[in-house]
Amino acid sequence: MEQTQNISIEKKELVPRKLMLEIKDLRKSFGDNHVLNGFNLRLFEGENLVIMGKSGSGKSVMIKCLVGLMQPDRGSIMVMGKDITKLRQTALDELRTEIGFLFQGSALYDSMTVRENLEFPLRRHKHKFGNISDTTQIVTEALKSVGLEHAINLMPSELSGGMKRRVALARTLILKPKIILYDEPTSGLDPITAKEIIELMRRIQAAYQTSALIITHDVDCARVVSERMILLVDGINYAEGTFNELAQSKDEKVRAFFKQ
Amino acid sequence: MTLQTRPTLEEFGAESWMPSMVSISIIREIGPVIIALTFAGRIASGIGAELGSMRVTEQIDAMEVSGTNPFKYLVVTRVLAATLMLPILVLIGDAIALYGSYIIENIKGEVSFLLYFNKVFDSLEFSDLIPAIIKTYFFGFAIGLVGCFKGYYCDKGTVGVGLAANSAVVFASMLLFILDFIAVFITDIFVEI
Repeated sequence: MEQTQNISIEKKELVPRKLMLEIKDLRKSFGDNHVLNGFNLRLFEGENLVIMGKSGSGKSVMIKCLVGLMQPDRGSIMVMGKDITKLRQTALDELRTEIGFLFQGSALYDSMTVRENLEFPLRRHKHKFGNISDTTQIVTEALKSVGLEHAINLMPSELSGGMKRRVALARTLILKPKIILYDEPTSGLDPITAKEIIELMRRIQAAYQTSALIITHDVDCARVVSERMILLVDGINYAEGTFNELAQSKDEKVRAFFKQ
Repeated sequence: MTLQTRPTLEEFGAESWMPSMVSISIIREIGPVIIALTFAGRIASGIGAELGSMRVTEQIDAMEVSGTNPFKYLVVTRVLAATLMLPILVLIGDAIALYGSYIIENIKGEVSFLLYFNKVFDSLEFSDLIPAIIKTYFFGFAIGLVGCFKGYYCDKGTVGVGLAANSAVVFASMLLFILDFIAVFITDIFVEI
C-alpha cells in the first residue's frame, strides 16, 4: 500500500488538561481493504476535536470502534482510562453512558414518541439520577436545551430533518455524558438549519462542559467548532493542527479539504 | 375440505363420518400448519422488515451505544410474543374451521349444531389436541426467531430490508414443514394414533 507522508504541525498546549480519549495504532481491515492503518488520537477534557476525511477514509469505522460497535484488528482505545476493546459487556454498557453519540441520520426510534425516545436510555441507567420514578423533568430539561420542549409528544415522522437532529442531540445529552461523538452533525441539512445545529453544539459544549469529537465534511462547521483538527487520509493521521494552521498548509492533499 | 370430500363420502353412504374426519384433520394437522404458515407470512416478514429497517437506519446501534441491550429489548420480546400467541391463534382458527365445516354440512345436508359437535368431540381425544398444541409453541418460536435473525443481521440498505422480509417468510415456512415432520414423528412414537 502506498505510504502517505505524515505532516505534523506543532500544537501549543497552554494548560495541561485531563485526557478523556486516547486511540493508539488503530488498525482495521475488511479483507484486502485496509481502512485504518495505525490511526492515533488524543482528546482532552472540554476540547472540541474535528476529524475530516474523504468518504471511505475510515472515519465511520473509527467512530464505531470507539463505542464498541466494531472490534479493531489492532490497537488500543482508552476511554477515560479504560481500554474499551478489553471491557466485558456490563462494564462496556456502563462506560457507554459517559459517551453520547449523535448519529448521522439521527437514528430516532420511529415507533416511539419524542418523550419515549428520550426516556429509553434512562430505563437501564436511572441510577445516574438516583432511581427516580418520574423522568418528565429530565426529559423536559434535555428538550429545553435544544429548544424543542413543545415537541415532547410528537412522533419522529412528524418532525423535520433539523428537529430530528435536535431531538437526537437531546437524547444524546439525557445521560449527561462527558464525551459527545458527532457523526456528520450537519449532513443532509440546509445551510440555515446546519448553522443552527452548529450553534447548538457550541451552546451545549459551553453548558455541559463536554469533550466533543466531531466527524464532518463541512468546512464551515469545522471552522466554527474546532479547537484542533485531524485530517484522516488512507487510514492515518495525515495532518493535525488548528483550523487556521491547516487552512494555510501548502500540502496539496490538505488544501483539497479547504477548497469547498 | 367439507365441500370437496362430501361427494366422495356420499358415494359410500358415509356422510356421518364427516365431523370425525374434518375434526381430526383440522386439529392434528391442517389447523396448526395452515395457521402457522399464515402467521409466518404476516409476522416473520413484519419482524424481518421492522428490525431490518431499524438496523439500516442505525436505530439498533443507537440502542447499543445508549447502554441498552437491543437483543433483549427487540429479539427476546418478539420471540416470546410469537411463541405464546400462535397456540392461541391456532385454537381460535380450529374453532372457526370446525364451525365453517358445520355450516357447509348444514347447507348440504340436514344436521343440527348439537349433533355435529357431539360427533366432533366424540371423535377427538387429548392425544389429538395436546401434541398439536405443543408443536405450535415450537412453530411460533421458530417463526419469531427466523424473523428476528433475518432482520437483526440485515445489511445492504433498503434492498437488504426487502431481502430480510422475503427470506424470513421463505425460511420460516420451510422450517415449519421440517418441525411438523419431526413433531409427527415424535407423536407417532409416544402416542398410539
